[in-house]
Amino acid sequence: MLAFIIQRLLQSILVMLTVGLIAFGLFRYVGDPISNLVGQETSLAERDALRERLGLNDPFFVQFARFAANAAQGEFGYSYRHRRPVEDVIAERLPATMELSLVAALLALAVGVPMGIYTGLHRYGVISRAFLTVSLVGISIPTFLIGILLILLFGVELRWLPTFGRGEVVHLGWWSTGFLTTSGLQALIMPSITLALFQMTLIMRLVRSEMLEVLRTDYIKFARARGLTNRTVHFGHALKNTLVPVITITGLQLGSIIAFAIITESVFQWPGMGLMFIQAINDVDIPVMAAYLCLIGFVFVVINLVVDMLYYLVDPRLRVDRAVAAGHPG
Amino acid sequence: MHSPAAPPPSASRLNHVAAAVRRARDSDLMYAFLRSPITVAAFLATVTFVLAAAFAPWVTPHNPFDLASLNLLDAFLPPVWEPYGDPRFLLGTDDQGRDILSTIIYGARISLFVGFASVLFAMVVGVTLGLISGYVGGWIDAVIMRIADVQLSFPAILIALLIDGVARGVLPRDVHDDLALYVLVFAIGVSGWVQYARTVRGSTMVERNKEYVQAARIIGIPPMLIMLRHVLPNVTGPVLVIATIHLAIAIITEATLSFLGVGVPPTQPSLGTLIRIGNDFLFSGEWWITVFPGIALATLVLAVNLLGDWLRDALNPKLR
Repeated sequence: MLAFIIQRLLQSILVMLTVGLIAFGLFRYVGDPISNLVGQETSLAERDALRERLGLNDPFFVQFARFAANAAQGEFGYSYRHRRPVEDVIAERLPATMELSLVAALLALAVGVPMGIYTGLHRYGVISRAFLTVSLVGISIPTFLIGILLILLFGVELRWLPTFGRGEVVHLGWWSTGFLTTSGLQALIMPSITLALFQMTLIMRLVRSEMLEVLRTDYIKFARARGLTNRTVHFGHALKNTLVPVITITGLQLGSIIAFAIITESVFQWPGMGLMFIQAINDVDIPVMAAYLCLIGFVFVVINLVVDMLYYLVDPRLRVDRAVAAGHPG
Repeated sequence: MHSPAAPPPSASRLNHVAAAVRRARDSDLMYAFLRSPITVAAFLATVTFVLAAAFAPWVTPHNPFDLASLNLLDAFLPPVWEPYGDPRFLLGTDDQGRDILSTIIYGARISLFVGFASVLFAMVVGVTLGLISGYVGGWIDAVIMRIADVQLSFPAILIALLIDGVARGVLPRDVHDDLALYVLVFAIGVSGWVQYARTVRGSTMVERNKEYVQAARIIGIPPMLIMLRHVLPNVTGPVLVIATIHLAIAIITEATLSFLGVGVPPTQPSLGTLIRIGNDFLFSGEWWITVFPGIALATLVLAVNLLGDWLRDALNPKLR
């Protein structure tokens, strides 16, 4: 167990270092940091002095170490576009993305799991086939197109819901929330559905295939032979055993929800980190890009690490599988 | 075995082709294909898209990029069946008076080019690395698979977005516009190689220990040749399935990047770019500028997805 944790930790650190290296490479070698800082009239001598003072003449690894140390403390320098420290810009945008992602994840679970159970139990039912067909159509429509169609229907034609922004927000310390106002909640409806749909179909298909697999096992047949009710067999025995993969996949998907929020936020002009990242790409605002990259990398690494460990703890069978997959059986 | 009096090469090639056609016609796969009307429809839809895109200059009613033929008086015309529709423009026109149907066909051309090219790129990279990884093993295998693990923990679209963003920063703007299509192919291709590599590695490790490979090794055929001539043909089945599903993903990724404004340059609009352009006019009621390219995109992806799903089931012996 300990060896496994250490191995995973080392791998995580390696990933973070790689992400940091890419971010640093962006930061240091894309464009000249000095000309991004000073105006046209600064003389060459002054530029050289500044270059020396900022340590841009130091060896590569010294510079990278400094960058990593600053990044670890959440300092990424000044945004070229916003003319403010990057960490302030991110702190301002973080709550919007987090609230959107959280609602989308809950929505995907609340709808996807029951649909998956239903289609797993009633494999050849008409409704199951309808669900599956709709889900295939659903994954064939790109996220941004779903958002646009929702806007067209509920925003432009019916005029029921707001089509952009977060509505009114309430500030609780540095966190701004849209949960406490009517307009904030209304503004959340369409973006969260857009973001949740893809994950919903994914979870539905996953729960369905897990249910089908479990229902074929001997202990389910035995449970039926004991004369237990369908209800007990399905929910007490079968569902419980499908939940391990569902929980882990959902956990892993949390990261990709935050990443896919980039698209949803662009469609709905949602003032979150994703929109900030897209704007940063368009403006070549390197410090913001680097910071977003490090942050997302960190989120992914933590999620992967936690999920891996939970997996290991929850399901002893996987320990053997993993060992075999890693090439040293036993 | 060749008979001593072999027929001239051209005739024998013709016989080979005829035999191949007969084999394809009588195969299980063809039988399963013809029995599934949805799959046939999806296949026909895909072929229609590909043909229309390939012959776009000949099949489009207008050339939307010929500035001389554009007339701003034709801008914002609705589709034919709506009031004020113009019979010259079946699906209406956009803000510059371009025929929507024609821009869709030209857009599909770009989308399909990027889709096919990036799938090909990902396939070549993935299959090569997978073959090497599975056949050679050792530390090379460990390194390749660790990279694959790391990449797999990030969503493909994020990786594609990042590569595209970096290219935008590194290349000067005018150079980037010229190279944008290839940057996009590279970005989407790199974000997708892992699936191929993993699958091919798995099957290669199985094939490696079979007798025909051992025999080839014993008679002294170099490893490169064994991989290409002996192992590769036996691991291509699943690759075809992955490639089909990947094509749908690649088209969606391209459309998404273009919609976000970081994909193809505006001078070569793909379906995603068209939707982005139309999005600006959504609120003023010109829905057709967005909706028709959207329908085209969704239909194309759905058709390819259906083909991929069917192919996966048809090639899976467990489901027979």
